Amino acid sequence: MGAKLDRAASGTANYVDERTSIGGFVKFFARKIFPDHWSFMLGEIALYSFIILLLSGVFLTAFYVPSMTEVHYEGPFATMHGVEMTEAFASTLKTSFEVPGGLLIRQIHHWSALLFIAAILVHMCRVFFTGAFRKPRELNWLVGFTLFVLGLAAGFTGYSLPDDVLSGNGLRIIDGIIKGVPLIGTYTSYWLFGGEYPGVDIIPRLFTAHILLVPGLILALIALHLFLVFLHKHTQYPGGGRSHRNVVGLPLFPVYTAKAGGFFFVVFGIVALVASVFTINPVWNYGPYDPSPVSAGTQPDWYILFVDGLLRMWPGWLFGLPTEWELWGYTLSLNIILPAVIVPALFFGIIALYPWIEAWATGDRGEKHVLDRPRNVPVRTGIGVAFIVFYVLLVIEGSNDIVANLFHLSLNDITIFMQWAIFLLPPLAFWITKRICLGLQRKDRELVLHGHETGTIVRYEHGEYVEVHEPLDAQETWLRVSYENYTPLEIEPERNDHGVARNGYRWDRFKQRLSRFYFEERIEPVTPAELEAARHHHGGASAHGKSDAAEAESADKRLDAEWNELDGDAKK
Amino acid sequence: MSAPDNNHEHDSTTDPANGHENPGLPYHRPRRADQDPKADKKAERQVAALFGISILGTVIALWAYFSMNDADPGEVSEIQQVNMWIGLGLFLAMIGIGLGAIHWAKSLMRDHEMVEERHELRSSDESREGAIQHLKDGATDSGLGGVKRRGVLKGSLITALAIAPLAVLVPQIGNMGADWNVSKFRHTMWGPGVRLARDPDGALIRAADVTIGSVFHVIPDGLNDLDHHYLLQEKAKAVVLLVRLDPQDLNLQEGREDWSFDGIVAYSKICTHVGCPVALYEQQTHHLLCPCHQSTFDVANGAKVVFGPAKRPLPQLPIAVDDEGYIVAQADFDEPIGPSYWDRLKGGDSVPADTSEEGGH
Amino acid sequence: MHAIARRRHHRAAPLLLVLALLALITGIAAVAAPSTAQASTEASADDVVAGERLFAANCASCHGLDAQGQDGVAPSLVGIGAAAVDFQVGTGRMPMQASGPQAPVKPVQFSQDQIEQLAAWVASLGAGPAIPTADEVDPALGDPANGMLVFRTNCAMCHGSIGGGGALTQGKFAPSLLETTPTHIYEAMLTGPQSMPVFNDANITPEMKRDVIAYLDFQSNGSPGGLSLGAIGPVSEGLWAWLVLLGLIIASTIWVGARSS
Repeated sequence: MGAKLDRAASGTANYVDERTSIGGFVKFFARKIFPDHWSFMLGEIALYSFIILLLSGVFLTAFYVPSMTEVHYEGPFATMHGVEMTEAFASTLKTSFEVPGGLLIRQIHHWSALLFIAAILVHMCRVFFTGAFRKPRELNWLVGFTLFVLGLAAGFTGYSLPDDVLSGNGLRIIDGIIKGVPLIGTYTSYWLFGGEYPGVDIIPRLFTAHILLVPGLILALIALHLFLVFLHKHTQYPGGGRSHRNVVGLPLFPVYTAKAGGFFFVVFGIVALVASVFTINPVWNYGPYDPSPVSAGTQPDWYILFVDGLLRMWPGWLFGLPTEWELWGYTLSLNIILPAVIVPALFFGIIALYPWIEAWATGDRGEKHVLDRPRNVPVRTGIGVAFIVFYVLLVIEGSNDIVANLFHLSLNDITIFMQWAIFLLPPLAFWITKRICLGLQRKDRELVLHGHETGTIVRYEHGEYVEVHEPLDAQETWLRVSYENYTPLEIEPERNDHGVARNGYRWDRFKQRLSRFYFEERIEPVTPAELEAARHHHGGASAHGKSDAAEAESADKRLDAEWNELDGDAKK
Repeated sequence: MSAPDNNHEHDSTTDPANGHENPGLPYHRPRRADQDPKADKKAERQVAALFGISILGTVIALWAYFSMNDADPGEVSEIQQVNMWIGLGLFLAMIGIGLGAIHWAKSLMRDHEMVEERHELRSSDESREGAIQHLKDGATDSGLGGVKRRGVLKGSLITALAIAPLAVLVPQIGNMGADWNVSKFRHTMWGPGVRLARDPDGALIRAADVTIGSVFHVIPDGLNDLDHHYLLQEKAKAVVLLVRLDPQDLNLQEGREDWSFDGIVAYSKICTHVGCPVALYEQQTHHLLCPCHQSTFDVANGAKVVFGPAKRPLPQLPIAVDDEGYIVAQADFDEPIGPSYWDRLKGGDSVPADTSEEGGH
Repeated sequence: MHAIARRRHHRAAPLLLVLALLALITGIAAVAAPSTAQASTEASADDVVAGERLFAANCASCHGLDAQGQDGVAPSLVGIGAAAVDFQVGTGRMPMQASGPQAPVKPVQFSQDQIEQLAAWVASLGAGPAIPTADEVDPALGDPANGMLVFRTNCAMCHGSIGGGGALTQGKFAPSLLETTPTHIYEAMLTGPQSMPVFNDANITPEMKRDVIAYLDFQSNGSPGGLSLGAIGPVSEGLWAWLVLLGLIIASTIWVGARSS
C-alpha cells in the first residue's frame, strides 16, 4: 500500500516536473528559513482576513443584487413589511433573513473587513517601530502602504452596497466633500453618480469597484508584497548568531506550513465566533436609503473615523473669520478640503515617504536585515507614537458624540479640547517617548556595565554595605550593545578651497539638519573597552559602590564634551 | 568614541557590532516532548483531540443548517439561533484544525533553529554590464539607437500611444456623467404655491397644526408622485424642517421679514457643510444640530452657525399660508442648498422666481 | 536574567484584564422588554384635592403654588395636561434636583396613585393632553413597519436608529428608549419634554404614535445577528473589532510564537 502510494506520488511529481520544472521551485522554497516571533504574524492576520473576505464575498454575491430598482419588501421581517426600497437593500435583507447562514456570512464578511484594516495598521506599526522598512525593503513598504489605501477603498465601496440610510448618509458626505474640491468638484460628483446625487448608477458602479477593481488590485499587490518578502528573506530581531548577512529560524516546510497554515484556521475560527455572537452593521435598523432621515451615531466604519474627526473639529469660523471663502464669485471651502483632503493627504504622504526621510538622516546605504529595538532609535519611535496619538485623537473626535453620551460630557467641550490637543499632544507624546527611549538605553548601558541586581547585600570589613551584581552573559550583552550608532552627518563645506560654491550644498545642508534632529542626542553603546574596564573593576561577582557612579558620571561628561565638540564642528 | 566621520556613509552591509563579538546562537533548550516519550505521546493525543473538535464543529454546523432550515424566517430569535449555531460550529471546525496544526508544529516538529545565509540583492557587475549591453544591442537592432536618430518615428509613436487611450476614456467618462447639467443643483421642487407636506406620507400641513415647539419634517407636495429615482434625487434637495417658535423668540432677518408666518419658519434640512440632514432640533435653545459633524444652527436667528464646521446659515424657504389654511412656499430657495461647491454662486441665473417643479422629466 | 524571563511571562496580563472587562460590559447589550402600559383612570374630585396637596408639598417651591412657574427656574404648568405630569413624574424626572435643560431620570418618588392625583390637579388648571388609554399604546395593535418609517424621520436623529439614545449639544442628550414604557413614549411625543420638540396629533397621529411604539417594542426581540453592542453604530463595532477580535487573535499569535516547554 505504502509503496504503491509512493510510486503514485513520484509518478505525479515526475509528470508535473517534466512540464513545469517545479522541482527547482520546491527545492528553493521548501526549506526556506523564517524567524519565529509573534509580531511577524500581524501581516498574516491581514492576509488571512483578506482570504476570508474573498471566500465570504463570493457567497454574498450569489444573493446580492446590485440594483437601485425600486421594490416593495415582501419578506418576513416585521419592521420592513411593504416598505419601499431598492433591490440592493431588499436582497441584503433576503440574504440576512431568508438564507440560513446568510446573515452569518454577512457578519463574517463585515467583521473581517474591520479586522483586515486593523491588522494592516498594526502590521505597519510593527514594521515602522522595528525599522523593517529600511533598505532593501523601502519599495515593499510602499507596496504595503498602497495595500492599506486600497483596503480603505475596498471597505468604503463595500460599506455602501446595502443601500441603507447609514451608508447613504456616508455617501452623501463623500459627495459633499467631492463637490467641495475646487474647479472639478461638481463635475466629479456628476461623473461618479451618473448625474445628480443619488441617481441610479452609484450602487452598480460601487459594486464593480468592490468585487472586481479593488480586490483585483489588492490581490496583485499582495502577490508582489509576498514575492518581495521571499526575495529579501525575512527580517529578524537582534540576538546571538544573527546578523545582517543571515537569517536564523525554522524551515517553511514543515514548521511554518503547519504554523502559518494553522494560523489561518485560527483567524477564521475567531472571526466566525465573533460573527456568530455579535451583530454588525444591522441595516434592518437603519432602513432603506432615503435622503431625509438620519440617525444619532451616524459614523463611518472605524477606519474612516479619522476623516470624520478632522471634519468635526475644523471650525467654520475661526476667531471670527470664515474658513470658507468667496473669491471672485467662486467658493473655496477650506472647511471641507483642508480637513477631508489636504490633511489626510499630507498624513498619508509622510507615512508613504518615511523610509526615504530616515535614510536621508542616516546616510546609510547598507542592507538592514536585523531589526531595531524601538528604544535604540528614539526619534523614530517618538515620531511613530506622535503619529499614533494624532490618529487616535482624530478617531476619538470622530466618535465625540458617543464619547459624550457614554461619559456624560459635552460634545462641544470635547471638540474644543481636541482643537487644542491635536496641536499639543502629538509633540508632547514625541518628547515623552524620546525621553523614555533614552532612559531605557541608559538603563541598558548601566545593566551591561554593572550587571543584574541580585538582591544579595554584603557587608565589607570596613562596614560598607553593597549589593552584589551579577554580570550579564554574552547573549544578554550582545542584545544591548549591537545597535546602529549613528552620528549626525558631516557634510562638505559650501565652498571649496578656491571659494567656489558647490552644487547640492543646500540639499546636503537639509539632510544634515534632519540628521541632527535624529541623532544629536543619543546614548552611545557600551564599547568593549568600557565593558572590560567595568568588569575588571568589579572583579568576578564583585560589588560596586560610589566609584561606579563616579565612573558613569565621567563617562557622561565625556559624552557631553564630544557632543559639544561635534556641535562646534557643525557650526564651523 | 571616534569623531563623527560619516562612517555610515557606506555602500556595503556591516553589522552594528560596535566592536563587540557576536556570541553566536544561544543554547538550544530541548522541549519536554524531545526527551520524554510520555510527553511526546501526550502531545500527539492533544493534537488528535483538537482535530476531533474540528470534526465535531463541522457536524454541529451541518446539523444547525439542516435542522433549522425550515424555521420561521420572520422570527428574530430563530434567525439568531441559526446564525449562532452555524457560526459556533464553524468556529469549532476552524479553530480545531488551527490549534491542532500549531500545537503539532510547536511540540512535535523538530525545532532546532537553522541558519540561512543572505546574499546581497544587488546584481553582480557582470550581470549589470550584460543587461546594459543587451539593451544597447536591442536599441541598435530596432534602429532607434546608434547612428540613425529617427526622431519622427519616435515622436509619432509616443504621441500615438499617449492619445490612443482617449478613444476609450473620453466616451467612457463622457457617458458616466449623464447630461453634465450641474446647474440642476441650483433648483429644487419648491416654487410659488407648492404646499408643504409631511415626510414621508405626504399629508398636507395647516398652519394651525404647527403648535409652538413643534417640528415637522417636510417634503414638497407632489414629491411622492415621482418615480422612485427622481423622488430620491428631488427629495435629497427639497427636504425642509418646519418649526414654530414663540414669535417673541424669533428674530426676523433683514429682508426676510415676510418669509415666516406667525413664528413658523422653514429651513433647508441639508447641511451647508457636507450635506447631511440637519435634524436634531432642541426645542428650548432653538438650536439645530447636525449629527454628522455637529454644525449647530440657531433657528431663532436665521439659522446662523453657532458651532461646528459649517460656515453659512441654512437656506430659508419663504413660506405663506394659502386660502385653505395650508402652508405653501412663496418661491424656491434663493440660493443652492447643501454643501458649498466651487461655482455655486455662478451660472448667472440666481434661481428664477417662477421656477416650478421640474421633477417630472 | 531570570528576573527578565519571569517578567516576560506577565506581559499578557493587561490584555486579559481588558478582555475580562469587556466581557462584563457585554451585559450592556442586553435589552430589557418594556413593561405593559397601564390604563388611565378617570380622575375624581378627591384626586384633584389630593393632587393639590402633593403639589404644594413637592413641586411648588419651583413651579409656584398656583403652578404659574418662575422665570428662569421652572415653566408654568397651566395647560400642559395630565400626560406631561405622568411622564415627568412617572419617569422620575420630576421633581428635579437642580434646574437645567436636561432632567435626568431618577428613581420615581411617588406611587402611581399619587402621580395620577398630581396629574388630575394639573389637568384641572387648564386643558392639555390626557394620559393615553391602554389601547392607544398597545404595541400589538400598531404596525412596526410604518413605525420604522415614522421613527427614522422624526426620532432617530436624536434617539438613534432603534432608540439607543444619543448626544445633543452642550452635554444634553436624548435618552435611550429601550426601557421606556409605551405610555411614557406616547406622552413624550405628545408633550415634548425638555429639549424634545412637540409631536402633536397633527404631526404624528395617534395611530402613527402607536406604530412607533410597536417598532420600539419589536426591538425587545433583540437583534437577529446576536448581541447588539449597545446598538450605537459603527463606533462600538470598531472598538470591538480592535479589542475583542484583533485582541483575541493577537493573544493567539503570542501563543503561536512562544516556544513550547
